[in-house]
Amino acid sequence: MSESTGSVRADVTQGAAPHTGEAHTDENIEQHDYDVVVIGAGGAGLRAAIEARLQGKRTAIISKSLFGKAHTVMAEGGCAASMGNANPNDNWQVHYRDTMRGGKFLNNWRMAELHAKEAPDRVWELETYGALFDRLPDGTISQRNFGGHTYPRLAHVGDRTGLELIRTLQQKVVSLQQEDFKATGDYESHIRVFHECTITELFKTRQEGDSTAKIAGCFGYFRDNGRFVRFDAPAIVLATGGVGKSYSVTSNSWEYTGDGHALALRAGATLINMEFLQFHPTGMVWPPSVKGILVTESVRGDGGVLRNSDGKRFMFEYVPDVFKDQYATTEEEGDRWYEDADNNRRPPELLPRDEVARAINSEVKAGRGSPHGGVFLDIASRLKPEQILKRLPSMHHQFKELADVDITKEPMEVGPTCHYVMGGVEVDPDTAMSIVPGLFAAGEVAGGMHGSNRLGGNSLSDLLVFGRRSGLHAAQYVDSLGAAPAIAEADVSAALDRALLPFSTATDGGENPFQVQQELQKTMHELVGIIRKEDEMEMALKKLEDIATRTRTVSVSGHREFNPGWHLALDLRNMLLVSLCVGKAALERQESRGGHTRDDFPVMDSDWRHLLLVCSALGEDNVELTRKEQIAMRPELFDLFELDELKKYYTGEELGGHRADHGSAGEGAS
Amino acid sequence: MSSTTDASTGRAQIAARTLRTDRWWLPPLANAVGLAAWVAYATVRAFMQDYYYVPEYGYLTPFYSPCVSTGCVPEASHFGQILPDVWWLPYAAISLPFLLLFRLTCYYYRKAYYRAFWLSPPACAVAEPHKKYSGETRFPLIMQNLHRYFFYIAGLITLINLYDAIEAFFKPGGGFGLGLGNIILLVNVVLLFAYTLSCHSCRSGVGGRINHFSRHPVRYKMWTFVTKLNTRHMQFAWATLASLAITDFYIMAVSAGWITDLRIVG
Amino acid sequence: MAESTSHLHHFKVWRGDDEKGEIVDYPVEVNEGEVVLDIIHRLQATEANDLAVRWNCKAGKCGSCSAEINGRPSLMCMTRMNTFADDEPVTVTPLRTFPVIRDLVTDVSFNYTKAREIPSFEPPKDLAPGEYRMQQVDVERSQEFRKCIECFLCQNTCHVVRDHEENKENFAGPRYLMRIAELDMHPLDAADRQLDAQDEHGLGMCNITKCCTEVCPEHIKITDNALIPMKERVVDRKYDPLVWLGSKIFKRSGA
Ligand SMILES: Cc1cc2nc3c(=O)[nH]c(=O)nc-3n(C[C@H](O)[C@H](O)[C@H](O)COP(=O)(O)OP(=O)(O)OC[C@H]3O[C@@H](n4cnc5c(N)ncnc54)[C@H](O)[C@@H]3O)c2cc1C
Ligand code: SF4
Ligand code: SF4
Ligand code: FES
Ligand code: FES
Repeated sequence: MSESTGSVRADVTQGAAPHTGEAHTDENIEQHDYDVVVIGAGGAGLRAAIEARLQGKRTAIISKSLFGKAHTVMAEGGCAASMGNANPNDNWQVHYRDTMRGGKFLNNWRMAELHAKEAPDRVWELETYGALFDRLPDGTISQRNFGGHTYPRLAHVGDRTGLELIRTLQQKVVSLQQEDFKATGDYESHIRVFHECTITELFKTRQEGDSTAKIAGCFGYFRDNGRFVRFDAPAIVLATGGVGKSYSVTSNSWEYTGDGHALALRAGATLINMEFLQFHPTGMVWPPSVKGILVTESVRGDGGVLRNSDGKRFMFEYVPDVFKDQYATTEEEGDRWYEDADNNRRPPELLPRDEVARAINSEVKAGRGSPHGGVFLDIASRLKPEQILKRLPSMHHQFKELADVDITKEPMEVGPTCHYVMGGVEVDPDTAMSIVPGLFAAGEVAGGMHGSNRLGGNSLSDLLVFGRRSGLHAAQYVDSLGAAPAIAEADVSAALDRALLPFSTATDGGENPFQVQQELQKTMHELVGIIRKEDEMEMALKKLEDIATRTRTVSVSGHREFNPGWHLALDLRNMLLVSLCVGKAALERQESRGGHTRDDFPVMDSDWRHLLLVCSALGEDNVELTRKEQIAMRPELFDLFELDELKKYYTGEELGGHRADHGSAGEGAS
Repeated sequence: MSSTTDASTGRAQIAARTLRTDRWWLPPLANAVGLAAWVAYATVRAFMQDYYYVPEYGYLTPFYSPCVSTGCVPEASHFGQILPDVWWLPYAAISLPFLLLFRLTCYYYRKAYYRAFWLSPPACAVAEPHKKYSGETRFPLIMQNLHRYFFYIAGLITLINLYDAIEAFFKPGGGFGLGLGNIILLVNVVLLFAYTLSCHSCRSGVGGRINHFSRHPVRYKMWTFVTKLNTRHMQFAWATLASLAITDFYIMAVSAGWITDLRIVG
Repeated sequence: MAESTSHLHHFKVWRGDDEKGEIVDYPVEVNEGEVVLDIIHRLQATEANDLAVRWNCKAGKCGSCSAEINGRPSLMCMTRMNTFADDEPVTVTPLRTFPVIRDLVTDVSFNYTKAREIPSFEPPKDLAPGEYRMQQVDVERSQEFRKCIECFLCQNTCHVVRDHEENKENFAGPRYLMRIAELDMHPLDAADRQLDAQDEHGLGMCNITKCCTEVCPEHIKITDNALIPMKERVVDRKYDPLVWLGSKIFKRSGA
């Protein structure tokens, strides 16, 4: 690409400093040129940027929060990779099978394959950047058990694996900057971090004829001083994470307003699987300040039980038929499992996340909830205080400091919390490029990899594998381009006007954005939450229509320097767009699968397995839904499963290609 | 003055030296009083040249050990008499300066007196009064880096204190004896060992400076032990000040005849 | 239903920018179980829409919401309101060591500059990815330091720079001196860092008064486990002729 990139091209000063929201005609917009712009500084974004820089590309990293504070820091459990350190039987095939099962076979199988194959290398690579994982006695990386993984597989550092991951990548970026400094005398000559900078628009070329419009750059503002900035770049990697902030109870932070999802939509890309949201069964429900914060699965793994207001262990009532054989039917048997797992069946508290979340939901709805609308998670009566302190130190600390609850004495109050979005930008599995040339996506913002449900620990590895791939292919894409795509100036002023809209509506008496946000969250939480019904979702879509109008006219006051009201006003329209996708797709999919549960269609339906629901934008604040067929799995991958298992998920005709069928059924599907 | 209060540097303009509402001044004040009182007592006693030995039971106060002045009672001089007897020279003048330097350069006491006397800083997030600050980068404070030598010497002196404490079980007149004084001397020595072994220089020396604990299991064990003690270094620092003063005072009181030693055996 | 108790609390929040500012009084509702950050958010959603505050995880994990609460450097999301008496005014100001941007938000770029000055992990040349073998006991010390959430409270509290702006140039601050210690204790790091710690990064400026340790929300023993051991390692190299001699005679083994 061009040689002159990576520097501020010009600070086209035409007017006064932007202390107010008005007077945008003489606005000065800072401008930068890069080969690859990565939006997002979480695990996926940083890995992408590192790769692009290693490929020799001038790279910008943009993030809404400070460098090193992206949402990835919150991940606790670990990063799944079949290194086989803890159990030598583990390999990529086993990991692949686990991932597909977890996603109920709706996953993009090619992504799951790449993920399973490449995850170990990505983890080992982190050690060369300075990561310090917990160790096994032979000196290799320790691996821990987690739900849905056949073998102990999660590389981890206590319960702060996400922090280790992000710090390691952050420090690798710094080390690359130090190399560049040695070579050029400028730390930022090849890779630069623009933090506290929010991207509000992507730009494409305006091309005549039938050539497709390509990515040309993006537009945003600095949160601290409110100044606008544009990046001219032929390749953009979206790594903006998830959408949980559209729900009132979530384990996600303010960053998760679905910006990347919405940016992609508005740029003409498509989203898939948006109906699949993972609700973690145990989030804190009280006090309000911590509502939604995660209570780790290990509490139940170590003996914690769920009780309703009658003191009853209600999970025994909720064991679905398919799991009847694997779960205990009496409390006595369940309790024995902790001591002797081989001769007893596990207690139903350890059912998959979606089952437990639904059960808690039903108990609360039936009026058997705890005082603050959850149920009781009791470890105090199950383990001695010393044992609790030893096994769950961080949970003890979390409840002590945040809720003033001593979990060695009292039960915790917990309830489902919106945790992860499986849906995201539809990308090519190998290159991570969306249908818009030059627009890539990786991490939580990309869709497909996890199908209808993500296994714990598969996200961090996903970030690394596809972060790297997106950076690599963005670099190759840039190399393949001829002339640099140009941004249309008219698009820039349109983006500017849109960004300043909340200030100009102020005079027209628009609403407080905080209020609109609350209403949106409430709508999604109550009507498109963990259990969905047709009429409720229809109502939600109506409400969203109303919210759309109000979003357009929210107004804010004050200056542009670090003005949270303004920031929210701009984030709102992304939340809205994403919520529409979730609502529409959820209404359309008439079955229950993984992170999508329909009260009116409670079972999984094989006829829906091969169907993807694809969202694309329809103007500024509406979306359109289309159906798309999944591509069939490659035969040798298909053959990794037993026919009996596949029968649970696949329709009869789809099974023709399986190895068990060869010879007898003649030619199957190719 | 401090950059905190005259915020000429783009910092938030807040004139108050601190906005802390707790009694932040109490710990430095208590430390200053405690340390000053102890130093005053120790100075008086070091120069007193009297009431340092109880001949009946062989009690020698640590403030006069080793007693190497020609002024010492011969029974108290376990290691010869090499110093002249002049009024300005404490009888234990070969050990006291090193003990003083040991404690003066101790990482804990440094913290305590930098805060309590030098007010640098008086407490966390409370502006200090000094215009310039260069820490321990220049003379004289760069000498703090010599702490480990004083540690080595202090280690030897603690052995002498141990010898004194054991020696006191054997009465100068012959025979085994046990009184309250023996117990006090022994407790004092145990605390002195705890303080000395919990020293940061010791922690580094026994193992802290190596990076592969797994290849040095014995040193790792020692390091783990010293690390455990080290977390209580502050407590030992104060406990030994107390035990030294108590031991000395007790021996002075018995020696002066103000009280009689509580005897258990002999 | 356990009814939540709520009361009106006297809040004092510093509002202003890099030129001027003042402490503004707000009477504000406080409910049971809330933390200071909740109250700041309530102000934001009601009477002070444009009150600037930085936060992210609200769970003490990201280190964004650092401020000074009643003069004590703390995380707003981890300071519970019930640690104050109902009639005790709560004063919230921005960090006082870094330039203020607006209200409670400061410019923490000092820390990122310092981070860049510390040489990075130097991987051993003879090991390929996947070949690293380390024992748990050997990585534990550095792991403690890697718990750091980069809240910069220690950097803010350290009097070396808090009270002496001019020292900022030559002093990396506790968080980054700890980073040097982390790498120096890393069993596989190939670089020599001890002399630079003293000569380039200002380890000697630290007078071990432990305020960094006092404010660290991760309870990392910065002074005892990083700074003092690092000072001792520097003494090994710079001020201890015995060790120096020893290392010349028996050439340094894999220590
Ligand atoms: C409490 C919790 C525990 C978890 N535990 C685990 C676990 O144990 N194992 C596991 O595998 N997964 C876990 N997850 C999931 C996992 O942490 C996330 O899915 C993952 O970190 C997402 O990473 P990312 O790189 O896609 O995005 P993030 O790390 O979320 O980063 C998003 C980045 O995009 C930036 N950004 C967003 N919008 C914009 C914009 N408009 N302009 C500029 N920048 C923008 C943000 O500032 C941020 O830097 C957990 C999640 C939570 C909430
Ligand atoms: S111990 Fe050292 S680094 Fe820590 S606050 Fe005190 S002077 Fe600063
Ligand atoms: S060491 Fe502690 S106080 Fe300092 S930045 Fe890290 S977490 Fe914050
Ligand atoms: S004696 Fe206190 S640190 Fe050495
Ligand atoms: S908001 Fe993350 S630490 Fe307070």
